[in-house]
Amino acid sequence: MEAFTTHTGRAVPLRRGNVDTDQIIPAHWLKKVTRDGFEDGLFEAWRKDPGFVLNQSAHQGATVLVAGPDFGTGSSREHAVWALQNYGFKAVVSSRFADIFRGNSLKNGLLTVVLPQETVDRLWELIEADPAAEVTVDLVERQVRAEGITAEFSLDENARWRLLEGLDDISLTLREESEIAAFEARRPSFKPSTVEV
Amino acid sequence: MGRTLAEKVWDDHVVRRAEGEPDLLFIDLHLLHEVTSPQAFDGLRKAGRTVRRTDLTLATEDHNTPTVDIDKPIADPVSRAQLETLRKNCAEFGVRLHPLGDVEQGVVHVVGPQLGLTQPGTTVVCGDSHTSTHGAFGALAFGIGTSQVEHVLATQTLPLAPFKTMAITVEGELPEEVTAKDLILAIIARIGTGGGQGYVIEYRGPAIEKLSMEARMTVCNMSIEAGARAGMIAPDETTFAYLEGRPHAPRGADWDAALEYWRTLRTDEDAVFDREVVVDAAELAPFVTWGTNPGQGAPLSARVPDPASYTDPSERLAAEKALEYMGLTAGQKLRDIAVDTVFVGSCTNGRIEDLRAAAAVLAGRSVADGVRMLVVPGSVRVALQAVEEGLDKVFTAAGAEWRHAGCSMCLGMNPDQLAPGERSASTSNRNFEGRQGKGGRTHLVSPQVAAATAVLGRLASPADLSAAPTPAGV
Repeated sequence: MEAFTTHTGRAVPLRRGNVDTDQIIPAHWLKKVTRDGFEDGLFEAWRKDPGFVLNQSAHQGATVLVAGPDFGTGSSREHAVWALQNYGFKAVVSSRFADIFRGNSLKNGLLTVVLPQETVDRLWELIEADPAAEVTVDLVERQVRAEGITAEFSLDENARWRLLEGLDDISLTLREESEIAAFEARRPSFKPSTVEV
Repeated sequence: MGRTLAEKVWDDHVVRRAEGEPDLLFIDLHLLHEVTSPQAFDGLRKAGRTVRRTDLTLATEDHNTPTVDIDKPIADPVSRAQLETLRKNCAEFGVRLHPLGDVEQGVVHVVGPQLGLTQPGTTVVCGDSHTSTHGAFGALAFGIGTSQVEHVLATQTLPLAPFKTMAITVEGELPEEVTAKDLILAIIARIGTGGGQGYVIEYRGPAIEKLSMEARMTVCNMSIEAGARAGMIAPDETTFAYLEGRPHAPRGADWDAALEYWRTLRTDEDAVFDREVVVDAAELAPFVTWGTNPGQGAPLSARVPDPASYTDPSERLAAEKALEYMGLTAGQKLRDIAVDTVFVGSCTNGRIEDLRAAAAVLAGRSVADGVRMLVVPGSVRVALQAVEEGLDKVFTAAGAEWRHAGCSMCLGMNPDQLAPGERSASTSNRNFEGRQGKGGRTHLVSPQVAAATAVLGRLASPADLSAAPTPAGV
């Protein structure tokens, strides 16, 4: 995984709550068997509307998405994270994320930042008034900064460390191989097995 | 202090616990399907890793599979390639697979329980958010992303952040016309699509205890639509009776040992939940959704709400956008909404009891002119059972289409889709924009409401049928 320390870029205001992963990447894109090539599927239905915020020239090249509450609900599809990254987003800000989406984002180095809705509102106002305004998402200092705004955010220390170092979770877990083997040895025999009967 | 059911199952699976780190949990059962696994197998291949426990892993094909002409090559080359990728991966890594055409094939969350693999006190994961279904057995079951699928394939464990606990107690008795689907839709409307965020929900109380295993699966299935990490129901005699004799249920001395353990899987009297919600079953009625998220629902007897009635600005905006997308007007009676399509199936309501319930309503009646009704069993086993009971004949005699098993129109990855502007009454779990096909409009309903809606051509419950004139031709 690519490490995340700090990122500065322009931002897109997505004034919608309950953005489900079916909107982020519709199901027909899920037939692909790679982790790339999803950028054109990102918000595919909404992008057909010329007035949709991602279609506005002022927001081209933006890398921070500032969204309404309950972002990433519904399907567990990690393709939603890949689509956001393939399109160029490095971070998403919202007052609340769905659990599975959040887990998926952190495993891929897409930083999901939880800020109070009041701060999200201020960010929306700022970037709508000045689409060229830069927003900094700083994982080292755990801060989001923009003109007139400095907001602290929290992220559990272990997840932060893995993101800062760009660590591969599987390698970390495999260091505990002996403990996994010990657990396996003490599992009761009545536990289910998929071996055909 | 006592522990909740979820905490007990969690504690029994901790491989490693260390200060400042997430617990490392052992996974008892890992279910796979074609959509969320290819990139995970690719990751293993690139890192030179193997599947650690093929004996705890099972794959089935469901999301892309066609529900007609299954003996012919799949028409969509991209769907075909994805299924072929799963077959190749399972062969290469030694994973048991039930492909299209196999007698054990079906929707992953129907297959696990019917094989007896889903058992009380186990941890179950799958790259699919509706893995919460398996919580009906007192398992801690949750959906994961593809990176975690790869993690479980390689290590049979997952590092997991702690959860909060929520009790949803359903007091009293469900009225006769009210199903498990109505109950869970009403719960989601009450706590909201983010209400369960961070929580494992335990459903309990007299109305839950009276539910069959299949009804419990319907309830737990939709926990994710309330944003919950998982949903669970404590195992009891209903659970044990369902499991006994199934192909992968324990036998002999193992059965006795399992039963002894399973009986301990109850929330202690002095355990404390982080949040408690109480629902009065007697107040519930057939429930349908009017909007574009599963929390936007109301009793069938209600009217489409007026967005102006919401005090929260974000909810008001969501309601406005939903009515616009759904082509509905505030104040319109839900019973006046006409549909083009009725879908009975999915991991929520594609089991034999669901098909029986829909067939009982349809028997001797006809699907209304201009309405297409698809009945898609959740698995081949469910289909075979339905045929044995003659349910397929009831459906086809009424003018419904009897299809092969799969996820089908729940998410329209196969050709079963709504056309733009088409409206469905669907027994599935998500009414998101475009979920059943680009521009399609979805109303989530129970199997009984689906069948009654098919007969009248507008949202209806079975009680409306006796009051309506007998359809022509019956």
